[in-house]
Amino acid sequence: MFQNRHLLSTAAVLAALALAGCSSTKLDEAPVESRNVPADGATAGAGAAGGAGAAGTAQSGVATVDLSKQAGGAAGGLLAQRTVFFDFDSFVVKDEYRPMLEAHAKALSANRSKRMVLEGHTDERGGREYNLALGQKRAEAVLRTMVLLGVQDGQLEAVSFGEEKPAVQGSDEAAWAKNRRVDLRDK
Amino acid sequence: MFQAPWPRRRFVGALAATAALPAAAQFRVEITGIGGTQIPVAIATFRDETLSPVPVAAVVRADLQRSGLFRIVDVPGSFDESSRINIAEWRGRGADALAVGSVMRLADGRFDVRFKLWDLVKGEELVGQSHVAVAADMRLVAHRIADSIYQNLTGERGVFATRIAYVTKAGPRFQLHVTDADGEGGQIALASPDPIISPAWSPNGRELAYVSFESQKAVVWLQDVQSGQRRMLANFRGSNSAPAWSPDGRDLALTLSRDAVAQIYLMSRDGGAPRRLTQSQAIDTEPVFTPDGRQIYFVSDRGGGPQVYRMPVAGGNAERVTFGGSYNISPAISPDGRTLAFVTRQGGAFKLMVQDLSGGGATAITDTNDDESPSFAPNGRLLVYTSRAGGRDVLMTTTLDGRIKSRLLTSGADMREPAWGPFGR
Repeated sequence: MFQNRHLLSTAAVLAALALAGCSSTKLDEAPVESRNVPADGATAGAGAAGGAGAAGTAQSGVATVDLSKQAGGAAGGLLAQRTVFFDFDSFVVKDEYRPMLEAHAKALSANRSKRMVLEGHTDERGGREYNLALGQKRAEAVLRTMVLLGVQDGQLEAVSFGEEKPAVQGSDEAAWAKNRRVDLRDK
Repeated sequence: MFQAPWPRRRFVGALAATAALPAAAQFRVEITGIGGTQIPVAIATFRDETLSPVPVAAVVRADLQRSGLFRIVDVPGSFDESSRINIAEWRGRGADALAVGSVMRLADGRFDVRFKLWDLVKGEELVGQSHVAVAADMRLVAHRIADSIYQNLTGERGVFATRIAYVTKAGPRFQLHVTDADGEGGQIALASPDPIISPAWSPNGRELAYVSFESQKAVVWLQDVQSGQRRMLANFRGSNSAPAWSPDGRDLALTLSRDAVAQIYLMSRDGGAPRRLTQSQAIDTEPVFTPDGRQIYFVSDRGGGPQVYRMPVAGGNAERVTFGGSYNISPAISPDGRTLAFVTRQGGAFKLMVQDLSGGGATAITDTNDDESPSFAPNGRLLVYTSRAGGRDVLMTTTLDGRIKSRLLTSGADMREPAWGPFGR
């Protein structure tokens, strides 16, 4: 039965994803804090790209695939995922989070009395108030994606903690990457 | 012989109102740098000041030193306000002014602090005062004496008796503190397991606006400092933050995300419907009023990265104010409206900058890399801000030329978000 419903809604979801894609493009055009200064962007952004690249090119590396945490897992696994991570200076909800947001959107659509808070966060660099606004923008990006996936606007609230509630302590790219996020919380 | 600078009854009343101040903490201040022209001044240890819980003369000396405008000349021997002063001898020691005084314990347990200020250049007595206060207000008395010396020798008002609000984070605890301008005598206005940011003093110094995350989102609160009574000012959908009082104290500008991304709104201090001031597709936040109340400066990333802009409160076009660098935030306007302080990002560093608003570029006034949250003293001579030292966020003050810095009060906690209160305590 679950399978049937899933199939029935596939077309709708695909349409929604197409729209969400448009939305992401718009967000991508939104101003970011260091885009127009290559020197700063290189210093700050290189950590993420460089770090990932270095790990990826190691010859003896073994990538762990954990099905309980993967998008391809069961719907229950997807609903257990509650964090969307963001690139430096980015508000774009990456494609890898689509299945997870889809699962949450479906659960919310199935129960209109269910509500969720989307909590945006930034890494520690920069001003507290500006970061609060940046975190809000990330939360709004997730909210719009979920609305496009069929959730009613009134079921969601986007809020921000800025840099105030890091998930991980530390002042390196590994910590920063874990702190640039939106947490999905039941209300 | 002694003339109180204001009617004694009013003075005592004002002190009684702050009688809840705790006994003074240990005195400590670190000062670096040397100013250009400094007035050499000698401050004798007050006779019998060991009776007082506060080392009066030491507090006065440190206040004057931190301002950057004074050089402290050593005092050999003991003097008080009734000592005969040999003007020529004192001038020979290189002092332009001399402060002397005494502490007396009254029958009712209060203290009578007397002090006299000599102008050694003119060879005349400038000030004679008597301050009667309870033990818990002795720090305030010392700061008022320092203010009196400052004003008589510089012609400007001192800020030593003003207060600074700031936030600490120690482990999972957040606290909003109110402290003397030298970082001492701190009291806690709010303690919370959730973050507190952006405290802002009302122009009369009685209320603090701030952002508390206690309801798991950013909400703007107003709190009466003396009574602790608090109320929500803005709790709209999304985030509510960055409160800034209008100079007349009737309205607050603040940042709301209820209609779009963060935009700036105006609200009455009594609540009611917010009026939207900015209309952009970008982030607009961190509003501050000009001293005449007619314009706001704020941060917007409408041009790419965040920059400081200004616009009329009545509405109209925003004009960009900062141009150097790609990331300029946290504007503060001096009380005379002539100077902008802000924080810029240079590479991975965040630096406190000062810019003359009548023209000219911005100047870095620190050599540290993690500066945040500048706030002007009410006389416009100093800025308080936070920086990082010894792995902690610390409170610093600096003169506007960056020459004299002092680190206020070291504690085990991270100190952040300082806001310098108004005159009139």
